[in-house]
Amino acid sequence: MSDNVLVRVEDLKVHFPIRAGLLNRTVGAVKAVDGVSFDIMKGETLGLVGESGCGKSTTGRAILRLYEPTSGQVVFRGVDLASQGVEGVRRTRRHMQMIFQDPYASLNPQMRVGEIIARPLRTHGLVKTAREERELVADIMQKVGLNVGFRDRFPHEFSGGQRQRIGIARALATSPDFIVCDEPISALDVSIQAQIVNLLEQLREELGLTYLFIAHDLSMVRYLSTRVGVMYLGKMMELSSSDELYDNPLHPYTKALLSAIPIPDPPLERRRQRTLLSGDPPSPANPPAGCRFSSRCPIAAEHCRSVEPEFREARTGHWVACHFA
Amino acid sequence: MRYIVRRLLQSLIVVFGVSVVAFGMLFMTGDPAEIILGDATDRMTVAQIEEFRVKMGFDRPWYVQYASFVGNALQGDFGYSFIRHQPAYEVITDKLPATIQLASFAFVLSLVISIPLGVLSAIRPHKPLDHIATVLALVGQSIPSFWLGILLILFFGVYLKWLPISGSGTWQHLVMPGITLAAFPIARNMRLTRSSMLDFMQRDFVRTARAKGISETRVVYAHVLRNSLLPIVTSIGLELGFLLGGSVITETIFGWPGVGREIVSAIGSKDFYVVQAGVIMLALIFAAVNLLIDLTYSLIDPRIRYGS
Amino acid sequence: MTEIDPTSENQLAASSAPDAPQPAATTPASRSNRFLPRLLRSKAATISAVIFLVVLVAAVAAPWISPTDPFAIKLIQRLKPPGYMNGAGTTFWLGTDALGRDVLSRIIYGARVSLTVGLSAVVISGTIGLLVGLLSGYFGGLIDDIFMRICDVQLSFPTILLALTIMAVLGSGLDKLILVLGLTGWVQYGRIVRSQVLSLKNDEFVLAARATGERQWRIIFQHILPNIWSPVIVIASFTVASNIVAEASLSFLGVGVPPSVPSWGTMLADGRQYIGVADWLTIPAGLAISLTVLSINILGDWLRDYLDPRLKNLL
Repeated sequence: MSDNVLVRVEDLKVHFPIRAGLLNRTVGAVKAVDGVSFDIMKGETLGLVGESGCGKSTTGRAILRLYEPTSGQVVFRGVDLASQGVEGVRRTRRHMQMIFQDPYASLNPQMRVGEIIARPLRTHGLVKTAREERELVADIMQKVGLNVGFRDRFPHEFSGGQRQRIGIARALATSPDFIVCDEPISALDVSIQAQIVNLLEQLREELGLTYLFIAHDLSMVRYLSTRVGVMYLGKMMELSSSDELYDNPLHPYTKALLSAIPIPDPPLERRRQRTLLSGDPPSPANPPAGCRFSSRCPIAAEHCRSVEPEFREARTGHWVACHFA
Repeated sequence: MRYIVRRLLQSLIVVFGVSVVAFGMLFMTGDPAEIILGDATDRMTVAQIEEFRVKMGFDRPWYVQYASFVGNALQGDFGYSFIRHQPAYEVITDKLPATIQLASFAFVLSLVISIPLGVLSAIRPHKPLDHIATVLALVGQSIPSFWLGILLILFFGVYLKWLPISGSGTWQHLVMPGITLAAFPIARNMRLTRSSMLDFMQRDFVRTARAKGISETRVVYAHVLRNSLLPIVTSIGLELGFLLGGSVITETIFGWPGVGREIVSAIGSKDFYVVQAGVIMLALIFAAVNLLIDLTYSLIDPRIRYGS
Repeated sequence: MTEIDPTSENQLAASSAPDAPQPAATTPASRSNRFLPRLLRSKAATISAVIFLVVLVAAVAAPWISPTDPFAIKLIQRLKPPGYMNGAGTTFWLGTDALGRDVLSRIIYGARVSLTVGLSAVVISGTIGLLVGLLSGYFGGLIDDIFMRICDVQLSFPTILLALTIMAVLGSGLDKLILVLGLTGWVQYGRIVRSQVLSLKNDEFVLAARATGERQWRIIFQHILPNIWSPVIVIASFTVASNIVAEASLSFLGVGVPPSVPSWGTMLADGRQYIGVADWLTIPAGLAISLTVLSINILGDWLRDYLDPRLKNLL
């Protein structure tokens, strides 16, 4: 495997069993992630977008092994995570962290902020004295733009944007190589979103981080990402470099998503051609045969409903799963 | 269907558990033979005690004893009460009707008083009636039943001489024990009704009904009450346990000839077979009635039938 | 294609501008949410607290503030009416019982018995219930299944019947009583703790702790536990009250504390035969129990509202 690949995901599947009946038998499965493969290069920001329920969050968490994959491989820094065992994975967590979506729920309300940031340091034995810890925490707080004097306050005393900074600080504490950002700005006010995004970008450059940036807002993702992947109903539909995706979308779903982004120019907006999707998204417990998107695709043909398209490289570095690409 | 099976199993386990405790009673402080014989052991030789032990089967391994205990119990044989000179089973079944009478009276009383009070309180929250009712409910939940009983006896029995202070027979005899037993359920159900109704009164569907112009009375009774009754019915099922437990004390205070008082006096006279029989019978009744209530409830509330 | 530029000047672009923390909740600046001021604001709670303190002091300082020895039997002074009534001053202020023992002293010592039993039993059932609830809620699986079965089975079976039977065999005794009450009461703790753990388990900060690599045990005890104290404390307070009633009831029936030990329940039982003749035997004891329990219940209600108003539905 080339040195440049930090994370390799191969045919990842995460199925959640549906239980029913007296004996809690498994009667089916929610196929949240159903066969996804991609690489994440060192230093890049891979954006992962899709509508709610498409499996992007689950993918992120499965990579970090917060959910156990049903099948498939996740190779991190050259090591297959499945081979590491519980303790091994726990130790590896030092190098792979997560930033959560909800700045209110992701911080322990009973813990002071300084404590929240310091804990990962203690967990992995990265500091030997209390003094060292204090200094390190202060250092991190400054880096994310928090006033060090607030280290003894509780999360509820901070605003949403600040709490997200605390979450970022916590993720940075162990100097990880890789951070999964699970919709980190979706719960914030628009004016704060820009701040946080800038902070993330700044940190990435400064500290040499690699991000998997999960979001449902395409325009936001574009600014941050080197490459972008589009997921639908548990599978990857399209994956290419950021500019290429926005300028030359190949998959009808991507096109529909892009056309839904409003242009802040009313006359232009009115004259635009919209790609409209019909119908409701099918249930991930019962995905349609053939192409997952066929039930809503504006250009779906008979072929699409019976044969699942391969995820192949249609142009250099531009992968797509569609019969028409 | 599976729900029924599950509930049946639960009831059986409850009775099983109680029977184990009741059975185990005799072994907890050592030699069952000596416990049964009690003071008589002073006048007996070791050989005689041993003879007694063998005769009663106390020398067998405990699981064999338990098996025969259960076997006998199923046939209605709970041993013999040396003090009352009757089979233990008969001692209990003689008194059962009295307990059922008292418990039913208390049950009906609690429903009749608590629900209307709760509804009225909820309709006019924070008005005088509500305040009084709430305070009474708080007191009712805090005051131990035997103290209430004693107070009632003092007041209505001794000072005012309106009601008899012990025994049974006429409806006057039923009043004070009934009130004593019903006090806690009344208090609890009233608070529950009130809070349940208040909760529903501010729900959107009620607001919609009012907005449609339906008269307040109809809104309250047809819409709110019907819905808030559901959690009340659940808690009423739980009340049974309290009534059974509380009957022990109430019957003792008022000399009401029921199973509860019988158990207590049997404890005092070390008549253990009667205690065993009494506790197990009560448990059986408890399990059976609870089962019935739950089954009926599951018929009414479709969520339970189809749900977990 | 649209260009949304997050770095435009009109945004608050300086990413290192720390904004000031917002004031907590919506408490008006003039009212303190701290314990004592808040307590004093509720008349009912304040009175209850005072009553409870009196009982507590009586229990702790019994040997020093009780006028005579509550065990001292002196038949020559039996059934004396309360001192305050016939101007006999403070000797036998509440009269004596059938064995010549001073009622006031027995009441004071009775507080000791009630509180000892009430608190100790709660410690036992609370500890067991907390542990089982934590493990059952966090790990699920077999432990949880078993625990749920136990919960189901306990249903609402009057544990007092069980306690009665067990005490009948074991004989009366303070420690046995505490043990029995403690062992019959832990299930309700476990149930509430479990449901709290279940709802917290999926909260993101727990997931975050896992993500940073914390070990399970630390997560349970350092993340989840501090967040579930509130309901546990509230139930504990209500359980103290119900334990006091249970002790009194069992003593009343003769299977609680040994007959010579001054317990409010025993006093009621003893005095029952003299109703109408010597009411000072029953009224003080009954009042003592009722006031103590009432005050604890009111305090428990207040505590619940103070710690977390959302508990109103649960408890």
